[in-house]
Amino acid sequence: MDLLLAATDIRGHLGTIGYGLAAIGPGIGVGIVFAAYIQASARQPESAGFNRTWLIFGFAVVEALALFGLVLAFALT
Amino acid sequence: MSVQPAPLAADFPPGTGDFDFTSLIPSLRGSDLGLAFTKMTFMVWLGVALLIIFFLVAYRSPKLVPTKRQWLAESVYGFVRDGVAKEVIGREGIRFAPYLTTVFLFILVTNSFAIIPFFQISPNAHIAYPIILALLSYVLFIVAGVRKQGFVQYFKVNLFMPGIPWPLYFLITPIEFISTFLMRPVTLAVRLFANMFAGHLMLLVFTLGGVAMLGSANFFIKGLSVASFAMAIIMTFFEFMVVVLQAYVFTMLTASYVEGALAEQH
Repeated sequence: MDLLLAATDIRGHLGTIGYGLAAIGPGIGVGIVFAAYIQASARQPESAGFNRTWLIFGFAVVEALALFGLVLAFALT
Repeated sequence: MSVQPAPLAADFPPGTGDFDFTSLIPSLRGSDLGLAFTKMTFMVWLGVALLIIFFLVAYRSPKLVPTKRQWLAESVYGFVRDGVAKEVIGREGIRFAPYLTTVFLFILVTNSFAIIPFFQISPNAHIAYPIILALLSYVLFIVAGVRKQGFVQYFKVNLFMPGIPWPLYFLITPIEFISTFLMRPVTLAVRLFANMFAGHLMLLVFTLGGVAMLGSANFFIKGLSVASFAMAIIMTFFEFMVVVLQAYVFTMLTASYVEGALAEQH
């Protein structure tokens, strides 16, 4: 590690990289949630209002994982 | 009002230190009581006072044909009762509508301080406030479940799903315990906290970054600071969306946890 630091002179916080990695999964997940909502309400427009509740629900549950990454990036300094 | 230090170019990479505030009463600074009277607590008191006064005034003399203020108060309550409590929990959920409305409006008002000039930070950007809100919802849904089904039955339904072969309980029960009784309050608190924390940090990055670029010796970097300030304004509008969405999400999730606790089946 020290050798790598000396050779490349890269400095910073590993938490930044960790948060980037933690955001990949929820990024894909949120995309799937919204894609499914758009597809469902395009096929059956009258269900859009009913689905919106579950869209927000699914979005919130998936997004929590990315936020864990953000908090841990600051907490584990 | 703002105790925030003036933004300087030297402050540029904003960090967790930007979320610390000293006491509003100078003589208390440094003492144990100092943290009881900061900008954060002031905003919470202000938000609660605004809500109480608004509803008292709106309902001072209720009329059959509502006045404008009464209409506003009724439609907010009606939105949570019909759109959240009734839709997620069902007819039984009307009992929980007052709590859900209170939580929704409290989070909405305290979150809104994140984008109101001169406040510019939400009390929910300190994890202490979301933790208390999440604990309230946690106690609420457990008590609601225990009162509906009885102590033993409630935990039996939640931890030992009926209708699966018994060896699977070794796998399912710990997962159910962690996801229902540990992760639920933690995610409720962390979701609200991290959204407001990240939002404030994002605004700080673009505003302080703009100031730092303006102070640069290079002419082009100086000119590009305009882009940074424009981004800060765009992010403020984005933050407005997050403010409303997070208040709604917290209320929705609380309602859905109560619904899960009241259900006889898993």
